[in-house]
Amino acid sequence: MKIAIASGKGGTGKTTVAVNLALALGNAQLLDCDVEEPNCNLFLGFDLKKQEDVIITVPEVDSHKCSLCGKCAEFCQYNAIAKLPRSIMLFPKLCHGCGGCVLVCPENAITEKKRSIGIIEKGTNEYFNTELLQGTLNIGEPMASPVIRQLQAHIDESTVAIIDSPPGTACPVITSVAEMDYCVLVTEPTPFGLNDLILAVDVVRQLGVQFGVVINRHGIGDGKVEEYCRAEKIPILMKIPDDREIAVLYSKGIPFVEQMPLWKENFRELYRYICKFISYQGGF
Amino acid sequence: MVKQLTVISGKGGTGKTTITSSFAALAENVVIADCDVDAADMHLVLHPDTFETNDFYGLKVASINKNMCVGCGNCATSCRFEAIGRYNVIDVYKCEGCAVCEYVCPVNAISMVEKKSGEYYCSHTRFGPLVHAKLGIGEEASGKLVSDVRRRASELASEAGSDMILIDGPPGTGCAVIAAITGTDLVLAVTEPTVSGIHDLERVIGVAQHFRIPVVVCINKYDINVELSHTISAYCKNNGICVVGMLPYNRIPVDAMVEGKSVMEYKENVFSSMIRSMWFEVSGRLLK
Repeated sequence: MKIAIASGKGGTGKTTVAVNLALALGNAQLLDCDVEEPNCNLFLGFDLKKQEDVIITVPEVDSHKCSLCGKCAEFCQYNAIAKLPRSIMLFPKLCHGCGGCVLVCPENAITEKKRSIGIIEKGTNEYFNTELLQGTLNIGEPMASPVIRQLQAHIDESTVAIIDSPPGTACPVITSVAEMDYCVLVTEPTPFGLNDLILAVDVVRQLGVQFGVVINRHGIGDGKVEEYCRAEKIPILMKIPDDREIAVLYSKGIPFVEQMPLWKENFRELYRYICKFISYQGGF
Repeated sequence: MVKQLTVISGKGGTGKTTITSSFAALAENVVIADCDVDAADMHLVLHPDTFETNDFYGLKVASINKNMCVGCGNCATSCRFEAIGRYNVIDVYKCEGCAVCEYVCPVNAISMVEKKSGEYYCSHTRFGPLVHAKLGIGEEASGKLVSDVRRRASELASEAGSDMILIDGPPGTGCAVIAAITGTDLVLAVTEPTVSGIHDLERVIGVAQHFRIPVVVCINKYDINVELSHTISAYCKNNGICVVGMLPYNRIPVDAMVEGKSVMEYKENVFSSMIRSMWFEVSGRLLK
């Protein structure tokens, strides 16, 4: 079972829901796919061990063989190669690692070398009975998707995997959410929250992933998010109140299910609902 | 010379748009650019009246002509992004537009096609011109769209003789953020005193410093955890970064948002005077 936790915008409580859900279930895998800012472990404090580098390949030009024909620069769709009067200049950060330049070079002057753009780490904790996998994109690197893809290769299909997705609706989110069994969209009951929820719903509908909504900070703003969900027949899975105690625990990095046992039960109920929903293939 | 200020936050939901829209209300002769193209929000406060819509073309995508395809599978084996599945069907979400498949196809059955992947707009607002955008779902080139928004904002600024461009940036540290801050004069990083707020602030300051752009910091909701606010202030001081504002946890921003107003327009409140003094500090640095 693979459940993604997503939201159109940041700061709505994705990480909170992902961490608390994983802890409430136990025996789960938690994957922090917000690789631009992995935050789950701030709430868990696991001892993380590096598993591997995230490697992409970048070209290397042998200047002795290069005839400066410029075919590589012409082919590259990402402007990662420029032909100068006397040399070929490479911009490794723009390179997507497609290998096209190697194919088009008539002199076989281009080879590929490996470059690390981030790392994958893993930690487990007996007390929490949870496995955390985290990807971190190096500072100054633009491409998040390869890190997310490599992180998701660690999903263990025999257990529950909770995926904390990045914010937004662009490629890193698609990479995180596509191929999941269910997606929980976390939102806030405000005009900004509604605006971003509508975008997120658009994403999951296009991907054909089943989904429901968790309203965080319930009590602030207005009732438009609930109206929207009712009109669109989107299940509201849970409402987390705008509670100062929860906010303070969050600020300190304490998952609130640890201090408020009732919520452990609520998150388990949420999971049972999702299981039932999926086994009926979305057709209650 | 037009000065450019980008408001960013490592983490989402820290109050970027609240602050940017308030600055827009305070600034004179400014062009506003909403560069959070993934989940643009500024229009909810500024109620833009759009006078220009431009199509945005990101990277091309591969398209296979089924009638010409001989099923050799060269394209699928050459694709590094696993975008070509069984029966040579292209998964447009995975295709990165590299054109390797087109190159290796022995029968020229594959071509790269333009794909509209979003729009960007120029609008009138009560605070000045706004350039904003909508990225298509799951589109790759958000950094490129951010660059287009900024380019159009610069053009509008020079046409109108504006002295400042105010950029509402995206969250994170990846391509869209890099595109939103490169070449700007100052970055304002908004954070909140939570463990994740500090963590993300450090990362986003790292990005700004990586590109050698000066940074100042605003701590929003500072009173939700005063101890951590002190930690953030100390961190900034140690790194030679000025904390230009500390705003309290308050429901005014949400109430103003519900009414579709900036905080500055929402009846007299404690919040607005603090934002005003932060604006003097920031604009003073920028225009000096």
